[in-house]
Amino acid sequence: MSATTVETIPYEKLGRPIRGPEALTDDWRRFWHLTFNIARTEWKLKFYGSVLGYFWQLLRPLLMFTVLYVFFTKVGHFGTGAAAAVGGPEHFYPAMLLGSIVLFTFFAEATSGAVRSVIDNEALVRKIQFPRMVIPLSTVLLAMFNLALNLIVVFIFAFADGVRPMLSWLELPVLIGMLAVFATGLAMLLSALYVYFRDVSPIWEVITQILFYASPVIIPFDEVQQKLGPTLQHIYMVSPLATVFEQFRHAVIYHAAPRASAALGGNLGLLEPIAIVLVTFAVGFVVFNRTAPYVAENL
Amino acid sequence: MPRPAPDGTGSLAIPADTEGLPAIVVRGVSKTFRVPQERKHTLKERALHPRSRTRHQVFETLSDITFAVQEGEFFGVAGRNGSGKSTLLKCIAGIYGADGEIWRRGRVSTFIELGVGFNPDLAARDNVVLNGIMLGLSPREARKRYESVIEFAELKEFEELKLKNYSSGMYVRLAFSVAIQVDADILLIDEVLAVGDAAFQQKCFDVFRDLQDQGKTIVFVTHQMPELQRFCHRAMLLERGHMVHIGDPKEVADRYLELNFGRDPEALGADGARGGDGDARVLDVWVEDEKGERQVAIPQGQRIALRALVHFMVDVEDPQASVQVHNAEHKPVLVAASWRQHDHSGRFRAGEHAKFSFAFDNVLAPGRYSPVVDLAHRGAGLDVIDRYEHGFSFVVTATDAQGGLVDLPTEVTIERVDAGVAAEITA
Repeated sequence: MSATTVETIPYEKLGRPIRGPEALTDDWRRFWHLTFNIARTEWKLKFYGSVLGYFWQLLRPLLMFTVLYVFFTKVGHFGTGAAAAVGGPEHFYPAMLLGSIVLFTFFAEATSGAVRSVIDNEALVRKIQFPRMVIPLSTVLLAMFNLALNLIVVFIFAFADGVRPMLSWLELPVLIGMLAVFATGLAMLLSALYVYFRDVSPIWEVITQILFYASPVIIPFDEVQQKLGPTLQHIYMVSPLATVFEQFRHAVIYHAAPRASAALGGNLGLLEPIAIVLVTFAVGFVVFNRTAPYVAENL
Repeated sequence: MPRPAPDGTGSLAIPADTEGLPAIVVRGVSKTFRVPQERKHTLKERALHPRSRTRHQVFETLSDITFAVQEGEFFGVAGRNGSGKSTLLKCIAGIYGADGEIWRRGRVSTFIELGVGFNPDLAARDNVVLNGIMLGLSPREARKRYESVIEFAELKEFEELKLKNYSSGMYVRLAFSVAIQVDADILLIDEVLAVGDAAFQQKCFDVFRDLQDQGKTIVFVTHQMPELQRFCHRAMLLERGHMVHIGDPKEVADRYLELNFGRDPEALGADGARGGDGDARVLDVWVEDEKGERQVAIPQGQRIALRALVHFMVDVEDPQASVQVHNAEHKPVLVAASWRQHDHSGRFRAGEHAKFSFAFDNVLAPGRYSPVVDLAHRGAGLDVIDRYEHGFSFVVTATDAQGGLVDLPTEVTIERVDAGVAAEITA
């Protein structure tokens, strides 16, 4: 047997040295398998052992819907103006409300679930080498699974309410895509920040609450429009959530409802919320990517 | 004993074939942790004291480590707690980023801890598949291997059980079985053998032998010196982040014991910390199987011998040795003394060596045993020369345990008796 010494190792032949832990990977198949299976496991755990699991999961948006519907239609008299303005039937309001609640639930689940995700998976982060981005992405994916189930109910509900299939339903994937990209950006940002600042969690809860009321979930945009000045109106609609919800009403539930672009002053106006989504995603990605190598040490 | 200079870059021979590059090369790797003395965990604190800088304490856990592991080599890393061995493993695994360069060739599987990512609310199958994926298998591969995993873990009958209802032993068995089912060219193993009962440990040993035969490259972190010596082709010793020694596992083990117990095999006479008058020293204690081979794990039923090597510092007349073999509960299960059979052992001169052997039929119950050897002058037995303990332990394995302290050969017969005879017996 011949012998080499550490000095005689042909270092130049070794290629590239390994890098430390990273957010992403070269092995995208493994990345996807991991993300998918972690999300799937969580999802399974939620429903496991209870036949009613699915219904429990539906119960939250449905209860919220019932409370809000009763309160705002019977007490607050919202939802009538929209219909009145365009002369359509009032009864699409419930379907719109439920749809928006379900979309917002997705957004809230994905982001607030991601906040603690890196810390909750501490054991994995410290002991297994894998692309760190898997963790926030799997929480978003988990929320997607729930969204898919909830949307089924929304469609049944809408159908019962008199909504009929239309070509603009094809816009739905784009809308969900936009919402998902926005949520993913925030998920990356929040989960990275939470490692360093533990009060991100309560702060984000408050912000989620604000976003709920600051988006056209309960009150359709055309009713808000009557009460806000042009500047406030613009701020209100420039939020990607508002854009998605408003366009959802128009494209999926009730074609007579105004388009999101109408509220933003034309199709070019759509660029603003889209830019917000992309910037959020980019910032989230950069922050997460920067912190990923040190997460295992800073937990 | 020749001792190469404890510098990481010395001309240390690494067995290699001229063709292959090393499987792992670590060059000038250092790792420092900056631990803030007062940690700010919230944005509020940051906002309230925007100017105050957090003072950091810097720990250098690894300092300029350079070594290479050849393909197919079984490489041991020894060191005390906090010496940096786990950190080194995590750096090689890519869990920590470090200064310096690390190259790896081939697929790596890391087991820092068994059962990471197991979910207690899921049954074995889901956990095995998920864990397999985490360790780098594709879902299809992971599902395909499930049967062999569960079989190896001997948990077929418990596969429907949720993991939270598993005993800790079952849990570990399952985790280990998953870990070894993962194909990898390089395995990084951190003290996973410290778990499981003796029978399962034996099984793990067999697996390691297999892996060795398959030509896998293995880096093995341990502080069990018998295991280190038994498996590793080469080893290194870390102490406070520095590489103190690299080379033959036996040398590493000696250096380790020296660091750990302040015991220097070369200068034992000067060691005052040990009991006894120091006229002689017990250098080594070991167990041999019936073929006369040194073992750390021995199946029940063989005739085995416990031996102690003694080095005399001064002339000693009729020295006597006694041995107590303690089980895991620190109860002596076997006590034997040389003076029962050899009242006069003879005269030994300064510088001479002697080997004391205690041979017995191994009826010990499966488990871990640690022998304590006392060397004394002839007489009351209180005149102790040296005592050897904590240095060595061995494992007895058996296919099934009867439950007693020892499993004495027992002949069982059953016969029918008449009522009359029965009455006679009870009367």
